[in-house]
Amino acid sequence: MRRSQEPGLWALFSAGGMLAALVLPVLVAVLWIAAPLGWVELPTHANLRALIGHPLTRLVLFAVVSLALFHWAHRFRYTLYDGLQLYHLNQLIAIITYGTATVGTMVTGYALVVFP
Amino acid sequence: MNPDYRPYHPKWHRTPIPIFWWVRKRAYLKFTARELTSLFVAYSAVLLMVHVRAAGGSEEAYERFISWLQSPLVVALHVVVFIALLCHTVTWLNLAPKAMVIRLGGRRLPDAAIVLGHYAAWLSVSGLLAWVLVGT
Repeated sequence: MRRSQEPGLWALFSAGGMLAALVLPVLVAVLWIAAPLGWVELPTHANLRALIGHPLTRLVLFAVVSLALFHWAHRFRYTLYDGLQLYHLNQLIAIITYGTATVGTMVTGYALVVFP
Repeated sequence: MNPDYRPYHPKWHRTPIPIFWWVRKRAYLKFTARELTSLFVAYSAVLLMVHVRAAGGSEEAYERFISWLQSPLVVALHVVVFIALLCHTVTWLNLAPKAMVIRLGGRRLPDAAIVLGHYAAWLSVSGLLAWVLVGT
């Protein structure tokens, strides 16, 4: 990996970290804890479809999901690199982590474009 | 080949660092735990898209997904995910002043003000999203 790619990857990591910090806790709490336990009521299937069908919702979802994946890729890459000292696998780890985030971004974009 | 790797280059002595160097000190362990919250960030992003997919499918398929979400083990897992995400958010927002310097009228905005601003943003975004999901 050339040095010159580092700032771009760091920007993706940083944007993803910020979006994840602001958005994810409330989504997990409401969608996957409070609603399943019956504390709050989620929109019905039809209403949820309409909500996700709105272009703004899909744009926000795309930004959150793709940037969160790049945030993970960058942090996890350096955790493996420094934590387990896999210096000799530097390039392979970078390809796997950023590659996973790139594929995840493409799949997310496709799924949101063809939704429902 | 890794460009940093030079074959036949003489190797100078380096004190070997044990693989689990990050377990030895509290600060290192905290650092590693913080870095590993990224796994939970990725999990939430993936599950968000699984939820979207389920919503895009038939009503029965969506009901099946919802009943999977209701099983006790899955709820317990998501409580763990939530706690990890809170750690991510708190550590991330507390570091914000280290990443940005804001100048107002020639004076540097104090760190506490930047942190407070970020927490206010977190509160507003959380309130807005909760309202969109539950209040409408």
